[in-house]
Amino acid sequence: MSSITDPGKQQFRLSMLIYDTRYRSGTIQVIAMIGFMLLAAWLISNTAQNLAALGKPIDFGFFSEPASYDINQRLLDYTSRDSHLRAALVGLLNTLVVAVLGCITATILGVIIGVLRLSHNWLIARLMTIYVEMFRNVPVLLWIVFIMAILIETLPAPRAFKGVETGALVLTNRGFYIPEALFSRSLGDIHLLGESSLRFDVSLDFIAIIVVLVASLYASHVIKTRADRIQAATGDRPTTWYLRLGVVVVPMVLLLVALGFHLGMPELKGFNFKGGTHLRNSLIALWLALSLYTAAFIAEIVRAGIMAISHGQTEAAAALGLRPNRIMSLVVLPQALRVIIPPLISNYLNLTKNSSLAIAVGYMDITGTLGGITMNQTGRELECILLLMLVYLTISLSISAVMNWYNESVKLKER
Amino acid sequence: MSDISFVRTEMLPEQEPPASTVGAIGWARENLFSNWFNSLLTVISIYFIYMVLKGALPWMLSPTWNGTSLAHCREILTEAGRVTDHGVSGACWGVINERWQQLLFGFYPNGSEPGTTDLRWRPVLAFLLMGVALAPVLFADKVPSKLLYFSAAYPFIFPWLLWGGTIWGPLSAALGFVIGYFVYRFVSSAFSGLIGIILGVVCAVVWWLVLSSLFVGAMNSILPIGIEAVESRKFGGFMLSITIGVVAIACSLPLGIVLALGRQSDLMIVKFLCVGFIEFIRGVPLITLLFVASTLLNIFMPPGTNFDIILRVLIMVTLFAAAYMAEVIRGGLAALPKGQYEGADSLGLNYWQAQRLIIMPQALKISIPGIVSTFIGVFKDTVLVSIIGLLDPLGLSNAIRADANWNGIVWEIYGFIGLLFFIFCFSMSRYSMYLERKLQTGHR
Repeated sequence: MSSITDPGKQQFRLSMLIYDTRYRSGTIQVIAMIGFMLLAAWLISNTAQNLAALGKPIDFGFFSEPASYDINQRLLDYTSRDSHLRAALVGLLNTLVVAVLGCITATILGVIIGVLRLSHNWLIARLMTIYVEMFRNVPVLLWIVFIMAILIETLPAPRAFKGVETGALVLTNRGFYIPEALFSRSLGDIHLLGESSLRFDVSLDFIAIIVVLVASLYASHVIKTRADRIQAATGDRPTTWYLRLGVVVVPMVLLLVALGFHLGMPELKGFNFKGGTHLRNSLIALWLALSLYTAAFIAEIVRAGIMAISHGQTEAAAALGLRPNRIMSLVVLPQALRVIIPPLISNYLNLTKNSSLAIAVGYMDITGTLGGITMNQTGRELECILLLMLVYLTISLSISAVMNWYNESVKLKER
Repeated sequence: MSDISFVRTEMLPEQEPPASTVGAIGWARENLFSNWFNSLLTVISIYFIYMVLKGALPWMLSPTWNGTSLAHCREILTEAGRVTDHGVSGACWGVINERWQQLLFGFYPNGSEPGTTDLRWRPVLAFLLMGVALAPVLFADKVPSKLLYFSAAYPFIFPWLLWGGTIWGPLSAALGFVIGYFVYRFVSSAFSGLIGIILGVVCAVVWWLVLSSLFVGAMNSILPIGIEAVESRKFGGFMLSITIGVVAIACSLPLGIVLALGRQSDLMIVKFLCVGFIEFIRGVPLITLLFVASTLLNIFMPPGTNFDIILRVLIMVTLFAAAYMAEVIRGGLAALPKGQYEGADSLGLNYWQAQRLIIMPQALKISIPGIVSTFIGVFKDTVLVSIIGLLDPLGLSNAIRADANWNGIVWEIYGFIGLLFFIFCFSMSRYSMYLERKLQTGHR
């Protein structure tokens, strides 16, 4: 005999909201929702009251006012007469520049160090362990100011280059000077969006180079697929490396000659260098510190990823007759990548967020412009900080979306 | 047929292994010079180590411990004959000798100003007691478990020792927990657990917000027991870093567990709120949250509220750490086999019993490495408070470098600060390895 009574026939009583599991989850959620709404309402009403008392209601009008401060390292053209919006845009681009540069160098360094840490060479493995522990256990902000101090204190002043006058890479205590790409028969620029704050120039030379590069890479890819097809059909692979190389190199060289490509060298004029591209100390220090710091974390990820592949895989691949470098590229790395990529993504995100520490060395990224000088000049804390958070949130979520999509595509397809 | 086979009847004498495969030479051949590439790497690293030591050692071994200013240090070095082409070379350790107490304690009263007494024993005692309070948690098998009562009381002793003031403040804060607990016990035995929790929390909050200030005032006028109060702006140096780090770590763990459970929960709205909070906090840099602490948090509070900057920073750093902690613990929860959840259900445990007895002990154990690395990250991130003007070690270093005596000092201070951070963080990571080994129950 079953003693279970049918719950459906019971009359609904108020206490069932708490005792009956069918309704309890609803009750809890409603309470949570009410609590959240109350909290939000309380915060918003407080904010409204405080802002009214301070006499500055939320208003984004300050964005069109002139910023009247200089940004020395920038990709877009900008003067102090431009608006705060333009300054924020320049800052955003600076953030992206240092984030992208940092991710690239951190990955390269991290992979090298991670592999070397697994080396059979005792000394190298110990040195790399010291590197990793040294960088992981000291705050990144300290590394940033430390490297900034190294750049300022140890490098020679520009006037020490009297007699040398020029060079391909000039390291001074005011920053690094590298050659810039110049075109004597330039195709000119397109000015987009007129005179507004969002205006930007697109160099036609640059577009031409990109188009040619993409086209030649595609052609090279076509040659490769053809060779693959022939190999699959006949077993013989036609030699294609010179074709593939030529298809990429020849059009590019022709294009560069046609555009009159040459390098503009930095030259000493008076007390400073003119010409070339000037990378300021703040950018170099931030870039170096972020790369070195993140590389220590990436090294650990790479090491863990390689160690996660069981030794049997390597042995099986060797039994198939593969050579060591083919074992690495065909068997170990593709499997290790699946372990490596998710934490790698979060390290890229960390690097991007850590780039906000630029404010400590005076590199004008989005935190330095929008969250720094603009905020202090206009006194619009609420608007500036909320926008700043929104910008970082957008960057973070887009990086993780792209990387998750990539992760999805290399994931083990289980059936 | 004659036997032509050769059979050796006596053993060959044992031979020494070749000299090149044993001892130091054998080890070096195997580990340093196994092939040309390794040999190249070894030579390069030895050269590198030599160059670093050649540059750093003479610089570090500099007889300037008693220097009183950078100029004085240079004099000492010149007298010692440490002059090179680029001027004198050698560290100026006088700055550390003169300022190390400031780097550790900030401007905490040290009795140097007239009318003040040296109060630095209080943070020292607080951190020593922290060791005692943490011992039963960190080394559970080596100390008596009765010490856990002290650990429970410690969160109220710690702020009292640091900030000082009347003893009734921390006592009434603790009383709130006691009241909440007894209300919960009483109501849940009389009615139900859920009502008990809600009523307990409500009673505690009412106590803290409304009644406790009356209680403190009344008790203070009857029995004024207290120690000298210290303002927050006197806090600084490593004391500040450790305070922020420890409070954020201690508060973020329970908060992170709640958030992780919320994110894993079946309740749509709860889950949505938790995901939103975690992703928002993880998507923005800590520095923007600190800006919120320094400029916006007062705007979010009722008009007229003006609470302490360190408290505001503590709140934001705790929220920041909690979001990361939640993700780490979620990883641990996700790694548990589904059978554990089903097993707990089949035993008839309710949600909280299952979490407390079955799920959490295992999930937390899995996530120990992640939890500790979050701890280390939070501790390192405390230097960011120098950007909003608090005098943590890095903030103090700027102040010291601005001093006319020490203008131009760079490496000594950064090196000292870096070394202290390294010691703290490195020992934390070693402890996590110890804990991992200890909790390893042998499923390999």
